[in-house]
Amino acid sequence: MTIQSETSSVETATGTAKTMVLNMGPQHPSTHGVLRILLELDGENVVKAIPDMGYLHTGIEKSCEDKTYSQAITLTDRIDYLNPLGNNLAYCLAVEKLLGLEVPKRAQYIRVLMVELQRISSHLVWLGTHAIDLGAMSVFLYCFREREEILKIFEFVTGQRMMTSYIRIGGLALDPPTGYLQRVEKFLKMMPGRIDEYEELLTGNRIWIGRTKGVGYISAEDAIALSMTGPTLRAAGVAYDNRKVFPYSSYEEFEFDVPTRTDSDCFARYMVRVAEMRESLKIIRQAMKKIPPEGPVRTEAPGIVPPEREKMKTEMEALIYHFKIFTEGFSPPPGEVFVAIESPRGELGVFVASDGSPKPLRVHFRGPSFINLQALPKLIEGQLIADVIACIGTIDIVLGEVDR
Amino acid sequence: MAENGKQSGNVVVERLRGWSPNAISEVIEFRGETTIVVPRNALRAVAERCREDKDLQFNLLSDATCVDRFPLEPRFEVHYHLVSIPRRDRLRLQVRLSSDDPVVDSLVPVWPGANWLEREIFDLFGIRFNGHPDLRRILMPDDWEGHPLRKDFPVEGYRDIPSIATRYTRNRS
Repeated sequence: MTIQSETSSVETATGTAKTMVLNMGPQHPSTHGVLRILLELDGENVVKAIPDMGYLHTGIEKSCEDKTYSQAITLTDRIDYLNPLGNNLAYCLAVEKLLGLEVPKRAQYIRVLMVELQRISSHLVWLGTHAIDLGAMSVFLYCFREREEILKIFEFVTGQRMMTSYIRIGGLALDPPTGYLQRVEKFLKMMPGRIDEYEELLTGNRIWIGRTKGVGYISAEDAIALSMTGPTLRAAGVAYDNRKVFPYSSYEEFEFDVPTRTDSDCFARYMVRVAEMRESLKIIRQAMKKIPPEGPVRTEAPGIVPPEREKMKTEMEALIYHFKIFTEGFSPPPGEVFVAIESPRGELGVFVASDGSPKPLRVHFRGPSFINLQALPKLIEGQLIADVIACIGTIDIVLGEVDR
Repeated sequence: MAENGKQSGNVVVERLRGWSPNAISEVIEFRGETTIVVPRNALRAVAERCREDKDLQFNLLSDATCVDRFPLEPRFEVHYHLVSIPRRDRLRLQVRLSSDDPVVDSLVPVWPGANWLEREIFDLFGIRFNGHPDLRRILMPDDWEGHPLRKDFPVEGYRDIPSIATRYTRNRS
């Protein structure tokens, strides 16, 4: 049975001769990927906006159904490519919940450390690209300089700069190398001053204020009704952060604030994200103190978590388990779980349904970019066309996650 | 306070049962998550109740998705993940739909955020939502045939791939 779409063509709001329809994107530098927006314009004012996406749809959810649970981790990296560790974490937490696995504390703290570094690096990319969209070129160069330092830490710890696949079901892929904490320490010493630098360039800058203050307003009620989460919702005054509200991976043991603002415009979202970077630094500092120097980074779960290399050379069972895990996989009990974490963009939810076979029946990613993008028409309708750029930037979309 | 994985499901179930005994056809508890299976015709009323009730306050629709249990019947399960920000709670509503009539009431009038989520389910599973304001494909091209996340849709898509043997003979001749 085939169902065709209800309406094949997009209808504009008024259709009068006064307005014109402008096609923005999909190849447009400030759409941060391949996003197309149909803008109906009355002079310079936006009357109606219709986002159109799917240009990056790669069928990751379908591919996950054809992989074993551990193989699918590699695909999760590619969803939100600015937050691969966060995606790994969300997926692994979901599968661990399905299996009922406990992860050793040491692994949990290292996960927190890595994910918070990732949050800073993602916010840096956001800040840099958002600023360059609005004409502040030098901020972009500064942000990418610091992001490079974070990527170097990732490369040192995980072996990869971006598509890390470091967080695995039951723990981590490997023990972090000696000396990684010193590198993080060095980064922590440098970063607060660098954030001050960005703020000096932007926060009091009259052009920046002119381009962002009062632009892209959305009320808290509308934001909740449209399912917005993350910094966009917190800039509207709702302190909803999964790390506080539904803590995971031992976040309840960390002390940090959830920055909120009430203006709910582009400037407020900028302030929230900058404050979040500072909070992440606080969390990283606490995590460094908490991580025990010795201890397992993977839980003991024969048949699910691969055994240690040494054991495979001496123990028959370890060799059998290793072979079974990598050929056949493991079979969780039938059921459905939903786990949500706080990604840099908002609530990243992973829904995993199992039918008791070694491959997932269904994996679904609730991408915060996808759902926040839904509010874009609300933000830009009635505004000037120049503010469309500011509004797209302020939602912080990653098209890989929008289209999956 | 409900932590992630520890939901106050029973309170919600009692509350909904007290409101209307026919609102719940089954309750599933798995790994600390509560799933309320709702009859198809009661979905919108239950959703409205979940949102408006002073003791429930599920004001945020976090996610909506679908599971295809082909070849079992009823084949489709549509899941709605609700969050109550004031009460710090989560809940899942589930509706089961058979393959010959995959139609359900849209929840866009209750949570406007359901718009794109339901469009995605329509696009990838072919479920129709009654009362949806703009039910178009969202990720696939408008002229795409079939619904790719259905289990009877091949992973590599419908393509006419010549086998290695035919390619070999064709090159030789």
